[in-house]
Amino acid sequence: MAIKLYDFELSGNCYKLRLLMSILKVPYEVVPVDFYPGREHRADWFLELNPFGQLPVLQDGEETLSDSGAILVYLARKYDRSGQWFPDDPATMAEILRWHAVGDDLTSTVSAARLVLGMFYDFDLEKAQKGAHRIFRIMDEHLWFGEKEGRDWLCRPAHPTTADIACFPYVMLSDEAEVSRQDYPALRRWTDRVRRVPGFTVMSGIFPAGPALEAQAAS
Amino acid sequence: MKSDKLIDPVTRDLWQVIAAAEEVPIGAVETTLLLDTPIALTRDGEGQPVVWLRTVEEAGDEIDADEIVERLPVLVRYGYVWTSLGNPPPDIFPIPEYAEPDRKNMSCGSIGVNVSAPRAVENFLDMGHFPYVHTDILGAEPHTEVKEYDVEVSEERDEVLATRCRFFQPRAALSATEGIEVEYVYRVPHPFCSVLYKSCPEDESRRDVIAIFLQPMTQDRCRAHLLQSMVDSVSTITELRRFQQTIFGQDKPILENQMPRRLPLDPRAETPIRADKSAIAYRRWLSRKGIAYGVIPQAG
Repeated sequence: MAIKLYDFELSGNCYKLRLLMSILKVPYEVVPVDFYPGREHRADWFLELNPFGQLPVLQDGEETLSDSGAILVYLARKYDRSGQWFPDDPATMAEILRWHAVGDDLTSTVSAARLVLGMFYDFDLEKAQKGAHRIFRIMDEHLWFGEKEGRDWLCRPAHPTTADIACFPYVMLSDEAEVSRQDYPALRRWTDRVRRVPGFTVMSGIFPAGPALEAQAAS
Repeated sequence: MKSDKLIDPVTRDLWQVIAAAEEVPIGAVETTLLLDTPIALTRDGEGQPVVWLRTVEEAGDEIDADEIVERLPVLVRYGYVWTSLGNPPPDIFPIPEYAEPDRKNMSCGSIGVNVSAPRAVENFLDMGHFPYVHTDILGAEPHTEVKEYDVEVSEERDEVLATRCRFFQPRAALSATEGIEVEYVYRVPHPFCSVLYKSCPEDESRRDVIAIFLQPMTQDRCRAHLLQSMVDSVSTITELRRFQQTIFGQDKPILENQMPRRLPLDPRAETPIRADKSAIAYRRWLSRKGIAYGVIPQAG
């Protein structure tokens, strides 16, 4: 039985799973959930799948899983034969989960601001935008020092991990939250690297890396 | 000094869309912004929308619609609530297809966009961006050519009409199973609304209708209300909404990068190409009508 992803196209958290499954070449089918305007994530049938009323939900055989970060770990451990996306080393695991938590903080800042501006949610816009800039500043510094040390990704391995997937969508969607990435050059270079990962796929609002970037990478 | 919030008389007297009727709560307040003016709305016990100028009300407040005395005019058309800050005409433009009993009619969400309403209309009219922005859905390389098409301003109906628009589309609609050359007709029957008719993959004799109704919130910001009226016996409303939201979600970052955010009406402001023929007609039409809201009017 194929994997079922309960999905909303414009959700960055749902996109995290589409992105990792695309990279790992895991086939799945989409069950569209009308998050907006239908608020189907609060419908009884959906609350039976996830009482917290949050997308995404993934069903794989007998398993019904929720929380994008938790599902990233599940997919990596079950379907990534290379063992790279969520490696065994304890310190690396801790590092990855630390960045999964940053992914959640991006949801409560960038995503919240995007929902205010795009879908008229009643959150504190200014507070969400300030919070997003604070996270971007820390990420930019972390990635800038990483580049000096020869580290291209958020965590210590020489390849991307689920930490990069967990943080990528809401960094890229920050324009829709009116949070500019202009002042964070190392953060922008990291988003270009993520967009060149083999198997990368887009969502509405996120464009692939341009040909100029690909040429630069090849040289 | 001209106020930035000045509303020209033509715009003031128009019907303006403000919400999908079914999404307005019964017995509770919803708030929005129209032409820099705070608006409150609700629905009464019979489900009829009531709209008024917002003062102290907050979204979610309980309210008895019968107690609202000072009301703005209200029309419900095509599933949406329309109001006006001035003296609107008796009705709005017709979309006769909406009444056909076998169509699936739906709102597709009201989405905030950081650009003026006329800019959003203009983007809706443009076919040139299909292969680059809606890759593998509404267009694909190498099929990038915008073929010759006709544009006229219908005097009788006072609307811009673009016909014979043809474009190769890999996935023209959710019901499409293969790439087809699609024929489009665009109408702009209202300064901030456009209606698109496109060949229907399920029935060659009919056309799917997709409309965009823009609510000008400020001179630089709008709310896009998307209507689909589809001939599709298979797809669910949720699936059809998802298809349209995917397309609009791809347009949004492009729209929000348009500079300036207001639409320049001076013919020398931007260099036209064939794909822009309908946009040029639209700009001239706005200019002739005297629309000043959300645009940079022609000098002199």
